[in-house]
Amino acid sequence: MTDTATNTRQIPDRLTSRTTRVFRSWEALLLAVAIAIFIVNSFASPYFLNAWNLSDATFNFTEKAMIAFAMALLIIAGEIDLSVASIIALASTAMGLAVQYGAGTPELVIIGLTVGLLCGAFNAVFVTILGLPSIVVTIGTMSLFRGISYIILGDGAFRGYPSSFSWFGQGYVYWVITVEMVLFAIIAVIYGVLLHKTNFGRSVYAIGNNPTGAVFSGIRVQRVKFILFLLTGFMSGVAAICLTSRLGSTRPSIAQGMELEVVTMVVLGGVNILGGSGTIPGVVIAAFVIGLVTFGLGLLNVPGIVMSIFIGLLLIGVIALPRLWKMAAEKRRRA
Amino acid sequence: MSVFKKVMASAALAATMFATPAAAEDVRIALVVKALGIGFFEAAAKGAEEAAAELGDVEIIYTGPTDTTAEGQIEVINALIAQNVDAIAISANDTDALVPALQKAMQRGITVISWDSGVAPEGRQMHLNPSSNALIGNMIIKLAADHLPDGGDVAVLSATTTSTNQNIWIEEMNKVMGNYPGINVVGTVYGDDLADKSYREATGLMQSNPDLDAIIAPTSVGIVAAAQAVVDAGKVGQVNVTGLGLPSEMAGAIESGASKSFAIWNPIDLGYSAAMLAYEISKNGVEAGPGAEIPMGRMGTLTLDENSEGAMADPFVYDASNIDEFKSIF
Repeated sequence: MTDTATNTRQIPDRLTSRTTRVFRSWEALLLAVAIAIFIVNSFASPYFLNAWNLSDATFNFTEKAMIAFAMALLIIAGEIDLSVASIIALASTAMGLAVQYGAGTPELVIIGLTVGLLCGAFNAVFVTILGLPSIVVTIGTMSLFRGISYIILGDGAFRGYPSSFSWFGQGYVYWVITVEMVLFAIIAVIYGVLLHKTNFGRSVYAIGNNPTGAVFSGIRVQRVKFILFLLTGFMSGVAAICLTSRLGSTRPSIAQGMELEVVTMVVLGGVNILGGSGTIPGVVIAAFVIGLVTFGLGLLNVPGIVMSIFIGLLLIGVIALPRLWKMAAEKRRRA
Repeated sequence: MSVFKKVMASAALAATMFATPAAAEDVRIALVVKALGIGFFEAAAKGAEEAAAELGDVEIIYTGPTDTTAEGQIEVINALIAQNVDAIAISANDTDALVPALQKAMQRGITVISWDSGVAPEGRQMHLNPSSNALIGNMIIKLAADHLPDGGDVAVLSATTTSTNQNIWIEEMNKVMGNYPGINVVGTVYGDDLADKSYREATGLMQSNPDLDAIIAPTSVGIVAAAQAVVDAGKVGQVNVTGLGLPSEMAGAIESGASKSFAIWNPIDLGYSAAMLAYEISKNGVEAGPGAEIPMGRMGTLTLDENSEGAMADPFVYDASNIDEFKSIF
């Protein structure tokens, strides 16, 4: 008779099992694409499967991906920052200027990160305190930050970075593992934990899904957004250090057009451009997909124009296909 | 869903990828340009292909980024290093930023030369300039003198008073004036590389010097404006406009007769020479260093200066006989 008391029946909170969900997820789809591209590349070019070459190839995406993680959080929260590439230019110019006054590597790193943070704070003030749309504000600061670099540098360049500074962008930790790869991995883990395992991460999703609801749930919406802009600025500072170190010089045109490549990476990673959903693992895989595609096509000397067409098709294809699939499935169900 | 996607992606990739086969034992020379889709560089690629056809065992890889960025060129360079090409001949988007990537290429045994737009000396073995200041200075006065067998008055329409290039060329021109007896330079004016100001200055020159025979404009903006001023003043056939200009912009002036000839580098020759030099250094082991003399096929021999730079040739002369061929190129 005691059976009825202990034998409780589980009522599932989801209709599909956990494994089914994982297999049907965006990340699984993207991973399949990445693996397919890897296999095709290995057959298409005899130079692809070479540890050093693959190591070189990671530079195609590591710096962009560092910013993409912070950008993913920002986009999930329903905002965007289009000034990231210009923040890189300004941070790099500031570091170059400091070199002229004899700054060493530690000072350069501090300057790079500080300029990134300040630029992020500048964006944040306009968006969160004055309540302006982030797309407008950051289109403005995109010109502003780079404009300052142009005023300082004109058509000149800063060189003469200390040789220890080249460690960030040209150094190796062990064998073919570059410093940038390690940074990329560490940052990915940090952002993964931040978004998926903390209250802060939950509030980012909440804000993106329903900002008004988030306010009434006791989330300090403006403060969270302020922090997100700071993070994006900070990551742009990190990317500026890596890129400047890799190039060994600064010109005001540095990282030109990178903001759209970062946004492409985020969207390809399954982050909803309207906010509310997306994951860090998705962005990680998207970074690899873009890196593999550009490197694979580069090995075959496919012109850059064809390459950008391919990236565009990949983006549209990966976004449109699930939608088309769903429409087809619904039609079938109704019929 | 994922299977369908996979098939789509692989099919698309494969289609793009198997399009470019590579021969194995050829000397592979990569001609890296500032950006693809620019007429000047397409013409240079044509010249490189001409060199390849002449040499026989050469495969030219014509490549470059979509935008004129250093980052884009570095991605291209990394891909070329990965393919272990034999030589990279690059027209650089950035003198300094490409140095680490190109140094890596040289460490892995790849011949690296720059042409047109140079790389800092530590990032390349040699640099090919299309011409030299002395050759340009001589050419601009020669163009005017060739059409004035009995001598005459010429005037210079320059860019700004502080334009480094133009000032050096005019200085070089003055050095060789002794070789052109009977030619008098009656004045130098500055159009600031603005079309309207150049036009007014050219008009002023013709008014203050009624016997003017030629205007030399060593700037692509000034030469077009001066030609227009000559046409509007009704002095075609009387005043010859010459100097440095782009064939696409000067085609009208040649047609109207306002300009009998003008000069600028020939991108076909430039691409041809770059490929020849890369081949000599990579395949025949020619040492590229200060003082070296490197053969470059039909373009003669290149002599390198103390910075391992060399000047290809006199600027190429464009006139009614060849303008139609080049006006669509650049």
